[in-house]
Amino acid sequence: MAVGVRTQDLRKVYSTAPPLGAAGLFIARADAKGGKQPKTQIPALDGLSLDILPGEIFGLLGPNGAGKSTTIGVLTTRVRPTSGQAWIGEHDVWKEQTRVKHLIGVVPQRPNLDFSLTAREILIFHAAYFGIGSKQRNERADALLARFKLTERANQMVRGFSGGMMQRLSIARAMMHDPQVLFLDEPSAGLDPQTRILLWEIIREYHQTGRTVLLTTHNMEEADTVCQRLAIIDHGHVIALGTPARLKASIPGGFLLRLRFGNQTADLLQRLQLLAGVREVRAADSTGADVYADRGGSLIPEIASLAANSGAELSDVHISEPSLENLFLHHTGRSLRD
Amino acid sequence: MNWKAFAAMLARDAHVARRNAIQLFLQTFLQPLLFVFIFGRVMVGSGYLPAAYKSLLLPGIIAISMVFTGIWAVAMPLIAEFQWTREIEDRLLAPIGVAWIAIEKVIAGMLQALVAGLIVIPLAWLVLRPGVEISIGAPWTFAGVIVLVATFSACGGLALGCSINQQHIGLMFGMVITPMIFFGCTYYPWSALKTFPILQKAVLINPLVYASEGLRATLVPQFPHLSIKVVLMALLLFDLVLLVVGLRQFEKKAVS
Repeated sequence: MAVGVRTQDLRKVYSTAPPLGAAGLFIARADAKGGKQPKTQIPALDGLSLDILPGEIFGLLGPNGAGKSTTIGVLTTRVRPTSGQAWIGEHDVWKEQTRVKHLIGVVPQRPNLDFSLTAREILIFHAAYFGIGSKQRNERADALLARFKLTERANQMVRGFSGGMMQRLSIARAMMHDPQVLFLDEPSAGLDPQTRILLWEIIREYHQTGRTVLLTTHNMEEADTVCQRLAIIDHGHVIALGTPARLKASIPGGFLLRLRFGNQTADLLQRLQLLAGVREVRAADSTGADVYADRGGSLIPEIASLAANSGAELSDVHISEPSLENLFLHHTGRSLRD
Repeated sequence: MNWKAFAAMLARDAHVARRNAIQLFLQTFLQPLLFVFIFGRVMVGSGYLPAAYKSLLLPGIIAISMVFTGIWAVAMPLIAEFQWTREIEDRLLAPIGVAWIAIEKVIAGMLQALVAGLIVIPLAWLVLRPGVEISIGAPWTFAGVIVLVATFSACGGLALGCSINQQHIGLMFGMVITPMIFFGCTYYPWSALKTFPILQKAVLINPLVYASEGLRATLVPQFPHLSIKVVLMALLLFDLVLLVVGLRQFEKKAVS
């Protein structure tokens, strides 16, 4: 039976540098009292609650430092939350660690392969840690090496492997013990387009055997094409949740027109709001405006003439169609890549 | 406790040690054997040192080889794997309590230290002979001493490996290991320090003193040595303290 994943009000504050893969967080300084040196407090998760259904491909989408890797860390017994709870199936991650480790497979953001072993030995020993018998682990290792196109390199030390090969082997290793829940932290970062497509295919295939998959990404295409549901997170909490289609539909109008003027007046923004099809207008710094609308290109002549009438010359226009990128921008005022 | 996972991790460490056997062999034995050759053969043969020095030197050489094999075998991989390659994460995600992974490292380090001790005895004897007078009068006490010495080395490796920053490895050798060897009563018996009374008391905080003196007491009892009871108690105490410190540090490193 498929296994779900749940977190309730997770908080994590690092008092030292966060672990690799969770770096890039914003830093806040706590008040210094009693003449002590101010202590660096790095909040990574701020009341994160998620409910991932059994057998679903779920994506955590957010910019660097949003708390994606920390969430995976908490769910995989590697990061102890400051408060809150996490469950894999009905097992509390922090009370039943060994049981939980049986159920999960983890692909880290940065390869952590055992450099003292060959590719094949890495898979075989991994299976042995999980108590899988010798015959079965040999068969499974051969099958996964073939599936990930690593058979030719199976008996070589992994030290000389390319980044893409290491990533493939990391995923094969995570699948060796046939976990109920597969965690992938930025699985396609640094992969060439071909390998990325192979990876997506393999994730879907694995999911079809009734497994739950949780992946983090800041790649829109990946979130859109692979994930059944997404949580968009920023500063350690969920800012939007739903299927990619529903999330995109929640952007007012769908189209986003990012405009830039020579100069801009409040009056201009109000008049933009009145154009047919415009749903929302937001000032973006002193000379720009973000216009959310039902239509894209056909609005441009009207905007241009409106700008000319109010003495603000239109200097730049960028039109984007409904996308998760726009959704993120709509919620946070920032681009995912900022 | 998941014995299957524990055994698989031991098998992994044995496999890696076998693969690196020649490198490990040279790294462990070359320096002590050169020392044995220069001091036991050259210096004794040319009359600068008395013939009895050969027998006095051997227990110290065994102690050095065992202790540094154990420390090296546990500490170096831990420093690299926690701070650099993150390789240990695969084992941290295995279905076994985190403390057992540290204990597995200690057992693997102990075994390597014991093997080092058992190999260095005949090797040193070959380099030194003739004129080495070893007698194992109390085999059980000898066994107890070498097991405690091996445990001390592996627990020390765990504590150091989980406390030292990667960029401080050089400092660890300069500031911890070198003074430990020279003030460890390895090349001389503890009683030889009686003309330096303050130093003689101060070196008692160095666990290597008990390792060398314990091996001296059980292999060459004809020379002055610390009481075997004191040696056993002190080694046991160091083993326990280093194990507790090492486990705590390991868990701190394993979970952020």
